[in-house]
Amino acid sequence: MSAETTATDWPLFEVFIRSRSGLEHKHVGSVHAADARMAIEHARDVYTRRQEGVSIWVARSADIVASDPAEADALFEPARDKVYRHPTFYAIPDEVKNL
Amino acid sequence: MYTQALDSHGREPVPAEEAAAAAARFQARIDAEEKIEPKDWMPEAYRQTLIRQISQHAHSEIVGMLPEGNWITRAPTLRRKAVLIAKVQDEGGHGMYLYSAAETLGIERAQMFTQLLSGAAKYSSIFNYPTLTWADVGAIGWLVDGAAIMNQIPICRCSYGPYARAMVRICKEESFHQRQGFEIMLTLARGSAAQRAMAQDALDRWWWPSIMMFGPPDADSRHSAQSMRWKIKRFSNDELRQKFIDVTVPQAQFLELAIPDPLLRWDEALQHFAIGPIDWNEFQAVLKGNGPCNRERLEARRAAYEAGAWVREAAAAHAARQAARGAEVSAA
Amino acid sequence: MSAAAPGSGPAPGERALRAALFRYVLRLGDTSLVLGQRLGEWIGHAPALEEDLALANLALDLIGQARLLLTYAGEIEAEGRDEDALAYLRDAPEFLNLTLAEQPNGDFAHTIVRQWLLDAWQLEVYEALSASADTRLAAIAAKAQKETRYHYRFSSGWLIRLGDGTAESRGRTQQALDSLWRFTEELFSADEVDERVIAAGIAPAPGPAAERWRQQTDRDLRAATLPRPSAQPHPWYGKRGVHTEHLGHLLAEMQHLQRTYPGVHW
Repeated sequence: MSAETTATDWPLFEVFIRSRSGLEHKHVGSVHAADARMAIEHARDVYTRRQEGVSIWVARSADIVASDPAEADALFEPARDKVYRHPTFYAIPDEVKNL
Repeated sequence: MYTQALDSHGREPVPAEEAAAAAARFQARIDAEEKIEPKDWMPEAYRQTLIRQISQHAHSEIVGMLPEGNWITRAPTLRRKAVLIAKVQDEGGHGMYLYSAAETLGIERAQMFTQLLSGAAKYSSIFNYPTLTWADVGAIGWLVDGAAIMNQIPICRCSYGPYARAMVRICKEESFHQRQGFEIMLTLARGSAAQRAMAQDALDRWWWPSIMMFGPPDADSRHSAQSMRWKIKRFSNDELRQKFIDVTVPQAQFLELAIPDPLLRWDEALQHFAIGPIDWNEFQAVLKGNGPCNRERLEARRAAYEAGAWVREAAAAHAARQAARGAEVSAA
Repeated sequence: MSAAAPGSGPAPGERALRAALFRYVLRLGDTSLVLGQRLGEWIGHAPALEEDLALANLALDLIGQARLLLTYAGEIEAEGRDEDALAYLRDAPEFLNLTLAEQPNGDFAHTIVRQWLLDAWQLEVYEALSASADTRLAAIAAKAQKETRYHYRFSSGWLIRLGDGTAESRGRTQQALDSLWRFTEELFSADEVDERVIAAGIAPAPGPAAERWRQQTDRDLRAATLPRPSAQPHPWYGKRGVHTEHLGHLLAEMQHLQRTYPGVHW
């Protein structure tokens, strides 16, 4: 078969690695795989050759729902002026301890 | 997730002044050293430039597995064999990081493979030179990986997030490649007369192609200026080339090997090594497909891809059958 | 050689045990080495990039096992041969790998079937050896066992995908099974070398391991929807130094530099 007629690939999976216990899984990239078991193996071979992980998550890229950058203002800007959510917003005399 | 929902696709064409304003906002983000992420708005030319550069880079890693892979079965000790396998494997891994980064720009990997195998896409010309002796494995690690690292370190700060992150990972892993190459050269240079001759011969053959890896001189470089403005590129070809020469010449002196350039000299005024003229005709010839191994390299990739088609199809067919069985079970 | 005074050297029984142990460890080491060498041929030419990386990982583990085992064999022999002297300066009749390991890669189905059969074998051997009376061998086996579990996961997964894949993959896998099955008789057939190390509590008796291997491979074949080959297994003697024609070529390639430039450091 020629390269042109086989220009299909296994589905794309996003890969998340927990680098050591106590830390959260973090997105590191993607792999192609025919099935979930293979995706774990590929993620292991591609992203943990130097002991970068103790746990792997894979999820089909098509199943991930992402926020739209065009909506970033609407989603994230409203939090900007809620400064009262931060402890430094409140002036407490120095002599008051344990606050 | 990144291959879909690309903002620029499937939308109504925007008026010229709006497009200009968007481009200006984009450039302002770049100037402020903000990273551009996959779903952010970006000029089509920025996307295309990145696809071209990242996929070429990925192809180079994959084709680059071949010249060194040529020596895996013949590595002279078990330690060298293990190191070489790990290194060639890393190159495959680097290719995959890069394909993964390119796919975030809305191109599928299969399409990039097709471009490579049809000869439409380029890869680094250096891999069209043959590995004739074991010393070539040393010379590639020392010189070719050395030049690659020089090229790649600035890309760790590239404006496009996924590319920059892939490069951080790659640069971290590549430093072992260069060191193992130098270690091979050092062992040979301090070995028997035959080993020394082997090392010198490798340096003779790999020096100029390595120098050419930085691309054409700045005056002839087509894509440079725009790439610098977009912070895809941070240093010019000639700047990086000079940097490489300045660090590599003393390493060759340490090995007591002769660099094959009778005009090589230290320029006291410029505080740089000056080299003789580069044979750009050779560079162009190899780039056009007339290097010593262009045909073999592409043939090898094509053969692997075509011979593997039934395997990839089998895995897909099995997965589809399993999914159907799963659906039956849950529907029951 | 023992440095002990004349007349007080190791007893004949002990000397025979050491000789048997040397050969036993070589068999394990050579099998890993030859299989690792074969997998190395794939790198850059695999059916998918991901499989280039996977096969390279297997090769690295196997070469690593070979280095530990050959180093240990050299120490048992005590004639100054290190891992490289044993790997690069012995000819085919002195190699004691299982005949199955040296069979050519063929297509991906052949490589997977060969790998799966040997992975399932190593799984049994290393698990038993990790409780060996020989603590050095036990430590090597304990490390190798973890690697082998992953190899087996990989190869059995692919066996099932190929067997239960397309008509083409099924045909190729069946063909590979039929052509490689004859080498499986050797996996668990004990000779005087095995019997001596078994009697010393160093190696496991082959019977129960062979039975578990048979059950495991049966399960996998069922999952792969493939019939167990009807071909009668044939006794091969790779582990006694009698090989197929393939090993000589493999060694000629592997040993080329050491043979051409004798006695230098690499």
